Amino acid sequence: MSTQRVRAVVRKEMSEFRRNRLVIGTMALTPLVFLSIPMLTIFTVPASTSPSQAKAAVGVVSLLLFIVPVVLPPVIAAYSVVGERDQGTLEPLLTAPIQASELLLGKATAMFMPSVGLAYAIYLVVVASIRFGAVQVVRNVAFHPPQLLAQLLFTPLLALWAIWVGIAFSTRASDVRVAQQLATLASVPLLGFTSLISFQLITPSIPLAIAFALALLAIDIVGWRVCSRLFDPERLLTGASAHSPLSREPRTNSPSVR
Amino acid sequence: MTRAEASSVLVVEGLSKRFGDRLAVSEVSFSLDAGEVFGFLGPNGAGKTTTVRMLATVIAPTSGSAIVAGIPLDPVNGLEIRQRIAVMPENPGLYLRLTVAENLEFFAGLHGLADPWGRIGQALEAVNLAGRVNDPCGSLSKGLRQRVALARALLSDPTILFLDEPTSGLDPVATREVHELIDGLRDRGVTVFLTTHRLEEAERLCDRVAILSTSLRTIGRPDELRDRFFAKALIVRTAAPLPDPDRVFAVPGIESWRADDTARYVLSVSDARTAAPEVTRALVAAGADLLSLSEDRHSLEDVYLELVNDDVEAQR
Repeated sequence: MSTQRVRAVVRKEMSEFRRNRLVIGTMALTPLVFLSIPMLTIFTVPASTSPSQAKAAVGVVSLLLFIVPVVLPPVIAAYSVVGERDQGTLEPLLTAPIQASELLLGKATAMFMPSVGLAYAIYLVVVASIRFGAVQVVRNVAFHPPQLLAQLLFTPLLALWAIWVGIAFSTRASDVRVAQQLATLASVPLLGFTSLISFQLITPSIPLAIAFALALLAIDIVGWRVCSRLFDPERLLTGASAHSPLSREPRTNSPSVR
Repeated sequence: MTRAEASSVLVVEGLSKRFGDRLAVSEVSFSLDAGEVFGFLGPNGAGKTTTVRMLATVIAPTSGSAIVAGIPLDPVNGLEIRQRIAVMPENPGLYLRLTVAENLEFFAGLHGLADPWGRIGQALEAVNLAGRVNDPCGSLSKGLRQRVALARALLSDPTILFLDEPTSGLDPVATREVHELIDGLRDRGVTVFLTTHRLEEAERLCDRVAILSTSLRTIGRPDELRDRFFAKALIVRTAAPLPDPDRVFAVPGIESWRADDTARYVLSVSDARTAAPEVTRALVAAGADLLSLSEDRHSLEDVYLELVNDDVEAQR
């Protein structure tokens, strides 16, 4: 694993994002629109409301905040490999001295930063709005420390999971649009898990949040390894998978399939 | 390993590639010496690009072996081989939103170059693009993009440079510029593996050529191939038909003759340089009005068509 090569990929991807700011700009729009209605609901909750009603209102906002890191990255992650092929840049990349695991880690890191940055920025806006605009009973529910910790820890880990799902589809799909749709769809099951926490059906505690975070981290590492193995240059370039004994990538010291 | 193989930067032995039921490349064997410009010719679908991709470790051979830049072709060695070679694909494959400098900086980073900006400067100088370093690649013409791709390939100072159809789709001016760049690479001692179906390009640029049509049909220097496939001949044109050509062409060095027009004769000769003066003297002595006498020069294209047309016919 060469950190220099990973850094080179990250720099290149970030430069491309900078040159195409609309990619990131439009990513932020959807969650902002979706969050606006539940936020208005929270601000209109009267001071006399019961804690269970406040919990339901906060739960909707919390769920949407969890959705942000899950639904934002697949759109750009799904483009990552099949997009390179469509714009004709894949072949020079495949003939360059970089392993699949390094290339994908660089791409995932570059996507991770704007996705998580946006998710945290939206989260901060929501938290500040609740702090200064919502009634006390809502603030009491919203500022539950384990819930805040879960939100802070899960946001990057869920984003990373969604990125690997997007990349996995990108390495196998024949079309960018198919990859984007499948990647978004495949991220939906995560919402079930986040709903349990958002609506406090699983009462989050600090140890539980940390345990779930560690489990997500392990899943993310497995995701990276799986994506690296799914990355088949021959399939990407020719549409045919390598069957020759010579096509097998060394398994001893590299997770790469190249 | 033989002594010839020891001096070679690329040795290919029986390399084959099958995609499902289709045999793309069959039992290809050849070798390249350091500093050689080697042309890999063949019609579309002949297996040229597949061969390059196999040697660049992008796709796996079905069978056969190769030593690329001194390293056995094996998935375990993929990274090391790719560090020693460079491939310029038919499509330049540049990031069009990025500048020339950003494109090259990215690949310099992948190669782990110690002095990336020094190498980028040298590569851009080599392709006469130093003044366009901050231009977005999307704003460049196709010919300039091809030059940027060539600069990218030169960044790592590769042992072997694979150029896959480098002039495909270029206009004549841009084509000539690329040819001049390849000439420049030869002068600098770079080993170039050039795939093309443009025969005049191969004839002009290559020390040796191989003609591929799934399997390797022939290999050699362009003049060697002409001699191998076509008998040497002189073409004689006179103002009027010769009254007794048998007597006129009964001179040393002429093996046979035929008239392919009323006053145009094709003479088979063993050596055109020694036969031509003899023929001239015989024609003058016979009082013939000689309009022209020239060597019947077959081009590489004739060799190519001779070899490839049979395959095309067989496929029909």
